[in-house]
Amino acid sequence: MTTVKQFVNEKGEPIYGIMAEFATPAAIYHAAEKLRDQGFTHWDVYAPFPIHGIDEAMGIRRTRLPLIVGSAACVGVVAGYLLQWYGSNIGYKLVTQGKPYGEFGGAGGWESFVPIMFELGVLFAAFATLIGMLALNGLPRHHHPLLSKERFLRVSDDRFVICVEAADPKFDHKATRTLLESLGGTHIDLVEDQ
Amino acid sequence: MTSFQPDESMARRLAGIDAAGRPTPIPPGSGDGTLIDDIDVRPPLVLNNRSFKEVTDIICGYTENPPGRWWLPVFGMANALAAFGTLMILYLIITGVGVWGQTNQVDWAWDITNFVFWIGIGHAGTLISAILCLFKQKWRTAVNRAAEAMTIFAVICAATYPGIHVGRAWMAWMMFPIPNSNAIWPNFRSPLLWDLFAVSTYGTVSALFWYMGMVPDLATLRDRATLRLRSGQSTNTIAPFLPVRVDALRAYIYGFLSLGWRFSSRHWHRYEAAYLLLAGMSTPLVLSVHSIVSTDFATSQLPGWHTTIFPPYFVAGAIFGGFAMVLLLLIPCRELYPNMKDFVTLRHLENMAKILLLTGMMVGFAYAMEFFIAWYSGNPFEKDVFLYNRVMPPFFAAEDGRYAPYWWAYWAMIGCNVISPQVFWMKFARQSPVVIFIVATFVTIGMWFERFVIIVTSLHRAWLPGEWHMFHPTFVDIMTFAGTFGIFLTLFLLFLRVIPVFAISELKAVLPQADPHGHHDDHHDDHHGQGHDHHGKGH
Repeated sequence: MTTVKQFVNEKGEPIYGIMAEFATPAAIYHAAEKLRDQGFTHWDVYAPFPIHGIDEAMGIRRTRLPLIVGSAACVGVVAGYLLQWYGSNIGYKLVTQGKPYGEFGGAGGWESFVPIMFELGVLFAAFATLIGMLALNGLPRHHHPLLSKERFLRVSDDRFVICVEAADPKFDHKATRTLLESLGGTHIDLVEDQ
Repeated sequence: MTSFQPDESMARRLAGIDAAGRPTPIPPGSGDGTLIDDIDVRPPLVLNNRSFKEVTDIICGYTENPPGRWWLPVFGMANALAAFGTLMILYLIITGVGVWGQTNQVDWAWDITNFVFWIGIGHAGTLISAILCLFKQKWRTAVNRAAEAMTIFAVICAATYPGIHVGRAWMAWMMFPIPNSNAIWPNFRSPLLWDLFAVSTYGTVSALFWYMGMVPDLATLRDRATLRLRSGQSTNTIAPFLPVRVDALRAYIYGFLSLGWRFSSRHWHRYEAAYLLLAGMSTPLVLSVHSIVSTDFATSQLPGWHTTIFPPYFVAGAIFGGFAMVLLLLIPCRELYPNMKDFVTLRHLENMAKILLLTGMMVGFAYAMEFFIAWYSGNPFEKDVFLYNRVMPPFFAAEDGRYAPYWWAYWAMIGCNVISPQVFWMKFARQSPVVIFIVATFVTIGMWFERFVIIVTSLHRAWLPGEWHMFHPTFVDIMTFAGTFGIFLTLFLLFLRVIPVFAISELKAVLPQADPHGHHDDHHDDHHGQGHDHHGKGH
């Protein structure tokens, strides 16, 4: 296992990374393409809205979220069937209009279970979407080093920020700063890991 | 072709090169500049060349600044109405359903009418956020937040009724499949139980969708409050005796609700995937909900209810009624809030008017088809229900003097739902907020009458004439219904105060300067990923 280099600022505090501001979506898009091509892995583009095509510009792989959601939907559908089958065949056998109690095979009658199976499938999938999206993103999170930076808080308004993390194998105090400058970044600043 | 830099217009304004708030040049005959007939010209989605910062400032300002003077009186009235309606519900629970006008024959009346009415209104929000999202209708970004809020509040109003109409409201939990000491399970083969699952799933999923869409905007409010606190601009305290700064409370509450969102593009990637997934699953969900509600009626044997056209007919009616309610809420908001006309443009209203026209024709078709099937089926009961329960006014009475006692309700429905939207064939009507508001009012009334016609007029005359009863609503009936309007308005007014009324991040993404390829023109291309040189014409 390789040892992770520990970067510190002048006061000796550990740093999280280096952030740079860009003026426009176009500028940050092109900077992202260059960073991707240089082989950086631990870095991110922060923007007030999802910039169109930034996924490719950053080289983000497709998320696994649809797989999670699809599995949850299947679980919901099966749970919906089992709930209704148990309630109608074991829990409380209620004769209505001489119709079968409802099961796959046997006397049949599973058709009337379909609406609730569908609804529960959607319900489970919706929860999986929200919770899965947050979990994959590592949220909810109480604090993040970047949120201590006053300039960073303006990302939610109209700023575009790239932050290269110190955890990146290619990270280097001076070289990364120079690189961000050459890409057109302004207000380049160290982000303390606090 | 010049490359447009996003905040160039703002910078020019600050430097005094351009006048502040320089409006977009308005082509003649295009209303506020968005009503352009030329299909080669994509009209602006946001007016007056708003910069990202202006969009944030305007929308966050609605919640951060004190509301207009109208807010408190309207809120007070809505609250009083809600409180009175709640008193009526309390009276019902402690006395019994006899305080309503229900009879042995008409055992479903205003309660279920109002339930279907509200749940129908609740369909527009998800339609806008899900179906229009799948169709890539970008204009939805200006109306989706408010419409989704309206959906949730309408579902809350609707959910009141099944709970209280069971008579013994304290037994309402038995609707849910909860193991109990009586070892009784609900009948899963009954549409009423499907309905319970459909409505509760719909309410939950709509709330999740709404909340997820809101997380980035809540983070914006959080960051603004934090910045004001750190720069010492924040002096307002909650009350003179409570020395907590309002912004500290905002930073705390919005910070809690925004879950630590930090606008990372890796997060945005999963967020967009999640948004699309929720849109994809909400689309069949929204169609299923009113279909299932319609099976409450359609699976019964009652003439007038036993109809296979009910599911699509109910869904079309729900969208129709829901859009009317969105318009009823947004048209006044547009006038009352500063700069809101930049986001909710005349084109938005025109688009929704067109949807009203379309769905109005769909329900009109369904009404006609019910008649055709009543005649074509050759079923005398079915024919009789339509002619002598619904349609025939006294001045067209049959030779034996029979006429439909609820003819006025039927014709009110036809007038409001089928005839009134026809004015939208005329351009001036669908481009005039006043006309749209009036038609939307008619549609809301008409859609209430539709449910009344389906439920009460079908029920009030059973197979034997000895069982025929008229239904008369009581004071409690009327005030409970009025009370749900109070609850609805109260919730909506609170929404306007504390939550960003528009989806800020989505609106920013449709501004021309949000295009990373720097083409400042009206031709947005949705498919950058599929080829970077593939752009609209007109460069």
